Amino acid sequence: MDLFSNLALGFGVALTPLNLLWCFFGVLLGTLIGVLPGIGPVATIAMLLPVTFTLPPVSALIMLAGIYYGAQYGGSTTAILVNIPGESSSVITCLDGYAMARKGRAGPALGIAAIGSFFAGCVSTVIIALFAPPLAEVALKFGPTEYFSLMVLGLISATVLASGSLIKAIAMVILGLLLGIVGTDVNSGVARYSFGVPELSDGIGFVTVAMGMFGIAEIIANLEHKESRDVFVAKIDHLMPNWADIKRSTPAILRGTFLGSALGILPGGGALLASFAAYTLEKKMGDTSQFGKGEIRGVAAPESANNAGAQTSFIPLLTLGIPSNPVMALMIGAMMIQGIAPGPQVMTERPQLFWGMIASMWVGNLMLVILNLPLIGMWVSLLKVPYRMLYPAILLFCAIGVYSVNNASFDIYLMCLFTVFGIVCVKLECEPAPLILGFILGPMMEENLRRAMLLSRGDPTVFFTKPISAVLLGIAFVLLLIVVAPTIRKKREEAFQEA
Amino acid sequence: MRIKAPKDFWAGLMFIVFGLGFAIGAQNYQLGTAVRMGPAYFPTMLGGLLVVLGLVIFLRSFVIEGAKVPPFFFKPVILIVIGTVLFGALLKPLGVVIATGALTVVGALGGVDFRWKEVAILFVVLAVFAVWVFVKGLGLPIPVWPGE
Repeated sequence: MDLFSNLALGFGVALTPLNLLWCFFGVLLGTLIGVLPGIGPVATIAMLLPVTFTLPPVSALIMLAGIYYGAQYGGSTTAILVNIPGESSSVITCLDGYAMARKGRAGPALGIAAIGSFFAGCVSTVIIALFAPPLAEVALKFGPTEYFSLMVLGLISATVLASGSLIKAIAMVILGLLLGIVGTDVNSGVARYSFGVPELSDGIGFVTVAMGMFGIAEIIANLEHKESRDVFVAKIDHLMPNWADIKRSTPAILRGTFLGSALGILPGGGALLASFAAYTLEKKMGDTSQFGKGEIRGVAAPESANNAGAQTSFIPLLTLGIPSNPVMALMIGAMMIQGIAPGPQVMTERPQLFWGMIASMWVGNLMLVILNLPLIGMWVSLLKVPYRMLYPAILLFCAIGVYSVNNASFDIYLMCLFTVFGIVCVKLECEPAPLILGFILGPMMEENLRRAMLLSRGDPTVFFTKPISAVLLGIAFVLLLIVVAPTIRKKREEAFQEA
Repeated sequence: MRIKAPKDFWAGLMFIVFGLGFAIGAQNYQLGTAVRMGPAYFPTMLGGLLVVLGLVIFLRSFVIEGAKVPPFFFKPVILIVIGTVLFGALLKPLGVVIATGALTVVGALGGVDFRWKEVAILFVVLAVFAVWVFVKGLGLPIPVWPGE
C-alpha cells in the first residue's frame, strides 16, 4: 500500500526529536494565542515567518501548521469559559458552550470540544493523505490556462464564502491583485508603482500587509471598546463528559467532522466557515429544543468542524499551490522563504516535507489533547492578564517581525500605512481577507495569464475552449449566480448572522 | 440626491480612486499586445475593472439603504501608529531598548486606562525579552544600545 508507506515515511520525519519539539512549540503557541482574544493565527504566523528562515523547511512548516490548528483548540476554551471567542472560528461555540458553563457543566463542554477536535483532526489527517496525491496528479497536468482559471475560481469562491457584500469583496480581491504586482516586473524589469522608492521596487512584503491589516488594525479595533471580561472561575472538575453526553454528541461530531473537512477544501473555506455551517446543520437535526441553552451538540459539532476545516484547507495549498485563506497564504510565504515553490511538484520532489507535515498534524492533535485537558487551569489564569498589558507586546512583536524581514525600518512605516488602510476598510465593511488572497495571487495570475495568451497567440477564447479551464470557469460562474439569486442570498445572510 | 448607504458611498469612491490611480499609473509603462503583454497590460485591465466595480458600489449607495459609517476613534489609531513609527525610527540609531520604551509608552497611551507602574514593568519585561529572544537568541542584527 502506497498510503501506508507514505505515512510511515511521514511519521519517520514527524517523530524525530527536533520536529517533535517544533510541533510541540507550534501547538503550544497556537493554543496560547487561541485562548487569548485579540490575537489570531494570521498575525502570529506573520510574526514568526522571519524566524522560520533559520529552521529547516520541514520543521518550519510543522510549527506553523501547529499554530493554526492549535488555535482552533484554544479558541474554544475562551468561548466556553468567558463567552468571548478566542478565535473567530469559535464564535458559534459561545452560544451553547457558555450556556453549559453557566449551568456548571464547563468541564464536559471543554472535554467534548477537545474530544471532537481530536477525532476531527485524526479523520482530516487521513483525508489529506487520501485525497492530496490524486489531486496533485491532476494538477501536474495543468498548463498556464488551467492555472489561471483555477485561480479565478479560487478567488471567486473566496468572495462568495466571505460574509458581507459580494461586490465589495470582489473589488477588494482586485485591489489586492493590483497591490500584489507592485515592484519589479519579472518580464520587463520595469519597477511598477515604486515611485522611485528603492524599497518598493522589491514589491510590498506580504508580511507587511498581513500584519498591518490583521495584527495591528485588530489591536486598534479592540481598543475602541472598554474591555469587559467575565472569566468563569468556578472550579472545573471532571472534564470527562458522561455517557449520555457522549451518546448525544457522537453523531454531531461525525457530521461536524465531515462537513468541516469538505468545507475546508473549498477555496475561501477553512475553520471559520466550517464552524458556522456545522452549527447551522446541527440545529436542523433531531431534538432542537436545547440549542442556546447549553446543548452539548452545539459545542461538539462546530468544534469538530473548525478543526477539520483548518486541516483540510491545507489540501489546495499542498496540491495546487493555491491558498484558500489568509493563513494558507502565509504558509505559501513560508515555503517561498525556504526556496520551495508551492504546487503539485512538492509531493513528488519533497515527499519528506509533504508527508512529514501531514503526519505531524496527527502528532500535534495528540499533543493538543494532552496539553489542553490537564493544563486548562493554566490557560484560564492566562485569561486574567488584562488586554492593556498584552497589546503593547503584540505591537512590539509585529514591529520587530516586520523589520527583520529586510532589516528595514521602511517596512515598519509601510505596515502602519496598511494598518490605517485596514481600519478604513473595516469601517466601510470591506473585508481584508479577500484582499490578502488577491495580494498573494497577483503575480502568479499575471504570469499565468501572460503564458496562456502567448501559447494561444493572443486568443482569449482559449480559457473557454480548453475543457478543464472551461469547467473551472463554469463552476466560478455558477457560484456567482447562486449568490446573486435572492433566495440563497437570504439564507447566506442568515447563516452569517446567527452568531 | 441623498446618500442612502454612506458605507457604500465611501467604499465605492475609494475603489474608484485606487482603480484610476493604478490604471493611470500604468500608462508610464509599455502596454504590449495580448500575445506579448507589457508591464502595463494587467494593471490597466484590473484598474479599469476596479473603477467599474467602484462605480457600481458608488451609484448603488444612492439607491439601496445601508448602514452609517461607524465613528473613528482617533486616539488609539494615532498613538499606536506614532508608537510604531517611533520604534522604526529609533531602532537603528538608539537601539532596541530605547525603541521598545518609546513603543511601549506611546502605545500604552493609546489604550483605555494608562497606569505608569504597569507600563514601567511591561517595558522592562518586553525590553529584556526583545534583547534575549530576538537579538541574542535569534541573532537578528539589531543594536541593543545607542551607538552599537
